[in-house]
Amino acid sequence: MTALLSLQAVSKRFRGLVAVDRVSFDVPEGAIFAVIGPNGAGKTTLFNLIAGATSPDGGTITFAGNRIEGMTADAVCRRGLARTFQLVRPFPGLSVEDNVIVGALQRRRDVAAAREHALTLLRRLDLFDKRSRLASTLTLPDRKRLEVARALATGPRLLLLDEVMAGLRPTETDRMVATLQALNRESGLTVVLIEHVMRAVMALASRVLVLDHGIAIAEGAPDAVVRDPAVVRSYLGQSHLEGGTS
Amino acid sequence: MIARLSGNLSPRGLIFLAALGAALLIAPFVANDYLLTVLILILYFAYTGQAWNIMMGFAGQLSLGHAIYVGLGAYVAALLFTRYGIAPWIGLLAAIPVTVACGAVIGFLAFRFGVAGVYFAILTIAFAEFARIGFDHLDIVNASAGLFLPVAQYTHNDLWRLRGNPAMFYYVILAATVLAFILSRVLMTSRIGYFWLAIREDEIAASAAGIDTFRYKMYAVMISAAVTAFAGVFYAFFYNNLFPEQVFNISRSIEIILGPIIGGVGTLFGPVLGAFVLTGLAETLNSAMLYFGIDLPGAKQVFYGVCLLLVVLALPNGVWPWLARRLGVAERSR
Repeated sequence: MTALLSLQAVSKRFRGLVAVDRVSFDVPEGAIFAVIGPNGAGKTTLFNLIAGATSPDGGTITFAGNRIEGMTADAVCRRGLARTFQLVRPFPGLSVEDNVIVGALQRRRDVAAAREHALTLLRRLDLFDKRSRLASTLTLPDRKRLEVARALATGPRLLLLDEVMAGLRPTETDRMVATLQALNRESGLTVVLIEHVMRAVMALASRVLVLDHGIAIAEGAPDAVVRDPAVVRSYLGQSHLEGGTS
Repeated sequence: MIARLSGNLSPRGLIFLAALGAALLIAPFVANDYLLTVLILILYFAYTGQAWNIMMGFAGQLSLGHAIYVGLGAYVAALLFTRYGIAPWIGLLAAIPVTVACGAVIGFLAFRFGVAGVYFAILTIAFAEFARIGFDHLDIVNASAGLFLPVAQYTHNDLWRLRGNPAMFYYVILAATVLAFILSRVLMTSRIGYFWLAIREDEIAASAAGIDTFRYKMYAVMISAAVTAFAGVFYAFFYNNLFPEQVFNISRSIEIILGPIIGGVGTLFGPVLGAFVLTGLAETLNSAMLYFGIDLPGAKQVFYGVCLLLVVLALPNGVWPWLARRLGVAERSR
């Protein structure tokens, strides 16, 4: 299996602070890959580097065989790497449907075809009934779903999800997990997610990377990673090992 | 095409539009010259407002210097006409590239170097001021002494050379306003329109959705500038005189944007409605003051200010979205 996304010694500094410190990992095509770690570990910075929102100070990022570090966000998206934002950013003054149409128009010139595709995705993300509402009137869980729908509409090979489960009720989390699994199974969509909801990570991810203070402290299968003493110490906490419910 | 243009209008909306169209078509047969001049002014502002709305209402880029495109369009066509006898329609073909190039320079400087929001607006003012002062010292256009076109012979209408009576000018600007409306509608419902709205709503999210925001903002400025060029050509041939101090004045730029703001920024009918409301009421005020023998210089400006205040306070989205709901002719809610 060749890697769809590959990071080699990627670093990012903000003045004195090293937010991401020589992080390397490979995500094979079709995998679901999770990035976990405490707040301030550099997870979102890592996403911003991959998605082209900021440029790394060092290292290389390869997507589908091409170097993408330092590319603009829109160019990265057009190459097939879409992202959602932790602090959701729907187009507030547009309807739910129009939000997704904007994404769908990336790979379609025709508005009618883009609308059709958008409606299919809205059905999938349980937003079809709310399609005519303004995005600004949605609840937070719905806005998270809208972010996913808009990112999916751009037709990505790889989807970066930044804490889409946060704020969702357990049933909603399970529903989102099921949707992502179905997309992964049907179309071979590769998913890289930042997540605090361990229930979702354990259910979804085939591989987990743990960041702490910008450094990758562990990587491996979910079951192994959650037992790693360094991970327990820095992130999960002792109660997790003793059968807690983080 | 027709279906696409009338797509989101209710039957009531279509009847309303047809009635308005009919009234505008027969206006020259019932209106006197004064009223016709007022209608020309209203349509002129509806047209320029529509052009400005492409940039601000659709793509969210605030231009406070649209007079520069009017002025450049006016001067290019007038100069070609007075010096070489070139007809204004050919002059328009020269004026459009000039205004588009000007818009491209402003856009490039702003968008390439991250000048956004109010700073972008200030940049547009600065360019209009450059043009005003520059043209004031430019001998080829008679500098501050002004450029004059040979005054129209009202005996016969010459549409090709835009020499004629107010009725001819009225139909020309009416046709232009209809075309600008159709163009706006086509743009708004097409791919580029969606991308503009996305940029207006959230530029970072738009970029993450794959939109080359620099490129689409450039398109917005250039298309808006091109559409405004015709307003300049019309201005030159209707008024027959051009002074940099007047054409490029910031108050011209402000007049252009008042209509869409009052009518509803980002809507298709807003610029048209705003022009009717604002210019219509201001001219009524003028006539009333004249009738009662009141002489208050600046009353019109104060009136504009009061209108703007009232609308901003009571209907921050403009008169049209409110009116559309009242009439049951809702335009697409975006």
